[in-house]
Amino acid sequence: MSSAAAVKVDGVWKFYGDYPALRNVNLVAEPGSCLALIGRNGAGKTTLLRTIAGFSRAGKGKIEIFGGATRDPETRRSMGFIGHGISVYDELSALENLLLYGRLYQLPDPRASALHWLERTGLDRVKHGLVREFSRGMRQRLAVARAFLHEPRVLLLDEPFTALDDRAIAVLQTLLREALTGGKTIVMSTHQLREALELATHVALLNRGQVAFHGPCTAEMVADPGWVYARYGEG
Amino acid sequence: MGFLRLIGVVMLKDLRAELRTKEAVNASLSFALVVLVLFSFAFDPDEETTRAISGGLLWIVFAFAGTLLLNRSFARELPNDCLDALISAPIPGSALLLGKALANFLLVLAVEFIALPLFGIFYNVHWTAQWPQLLLVILLATWGMTITGTIFSALTVNIRLREVMLPILNFPILIPALLGAMQLTSALVAGQPITEANSSWLKMLIGFDIMYTAVSVFLVETVLVG
Repeated sequence: MSSAAAVKVDGVWKFYGDYPALRNVNLVAEPGSCLALIGRNGAGKTTLLRTIAGFSRAGKGKIEIFGGATRDPETRRSMGFIGHGISVYDELSALENLLLYGRLYQLPDPRASALHWLERTGLDRVKHGLVREFSRGMRQRLAVARAFLHEPRVLLLDEPFTALDDRAIAVLQTLLREALTGGKTIVMSTHQLREALELATHVALLNRGQVAFHGPCTAEMVADPGWVYARYGEG
Repeated sequence: MGFLRLIGVVMLKDLRAELRTKEAVNASLSFALVVLVLFSFAFDPDEETTRAISGGLLWIVFAFAGTLLLNRSFARELPNDCLDALISAPIPGSALLLGKALANFLLVLAVEFIALPLFGIFYNVHWTAQWPQLLLVILLATWGMTITGTIFSALTVNIRLREVMLPILNFPILIPALLGAMQLTSALVAGQPITEANSSWLKMLIGFDIMYTAVSVFLVETVLVG
């Protein structure tokens, strides 16, 4: 189990009606690596991440997280997801939201975990405030706290830096660096190449649902984030 | 035990979120009261016929008022993409469904129990005459309505016309349960207890609840994830 790839995408196809949004995608993310999924709008990045997260089933092929199927409860316990929405309830307070997810993940001490992550994201002073009264930046930091609450081994991040304020970007980058140092695996889709490539150990370029390039993040890519598009993309 | 606790967590979350805003409860209760008042203008409460069909009127009101609550059940998860977080949490789909169905059940019951005394006044019926049996019928029929409504709420959550689609899908399925509830309620509010003659309606309500609860629990994972 421990020798298995953190994320293994094996010959995955995903259809919307007759349209193949993903075509025979093969990817591997080893434990402790950070895979940046890049590509133009509509390339299939979000579809791939959502399929890896188990929100929808692949039409063909297989996805494994540490050797387990994506819908296994144990696999889901090991995943944290940040999508386009913040996935917290406006009608509940910050603490109530994190307590809810702590209980759903059956953490041994949901309150202690919630208070810890509220402090890490700088929201401890407003923990009893309703989310609907929060600023956009505070809501985003709460979303980050929710994703990290159960200490996931694999983080799936869909455009994590989009629409974040400076403080939320700083919080997220710090937490992601700590996660990588701690041996966690990150798969993130992004258009913000500069922020992503600072963290990425590997890069996969998606083009019309297919993997056009998959390999280690090189010095050329970090120096010129457009390099991989120029070399392997449609131009 | 863990499974029951997860059901409780989901149920309490839904109740807390609804009671903070009271959006769906207020809409449902207002609708129920307005329709009860309007029907009372249309039918003469002194007529025997009106009392004979009062069970039917009551359940039509309960069914439509309940739909307003059920529509919100999964739609509540759409803002901020909360449904994604629930689906990715390590809880069985059945715990999610049953937690939501229980929350809906309690909210619909609350609306029904507020509407019931007004129904008694407007239609001149003694709804307390066979109260324990009427309570049993209300509990059984309301659970049938909420379990099917909750699974259809999950099915229609991503459809633009979900407010229309939910009753279109749910009511045909509900016909047997509503028929049973209407027949039994009409008899009970007229002071006639459930006897051998009409106990088959009660058995059908119980059967409906068991069958649709089992089917919904079996299908919910497919409905949510495909």
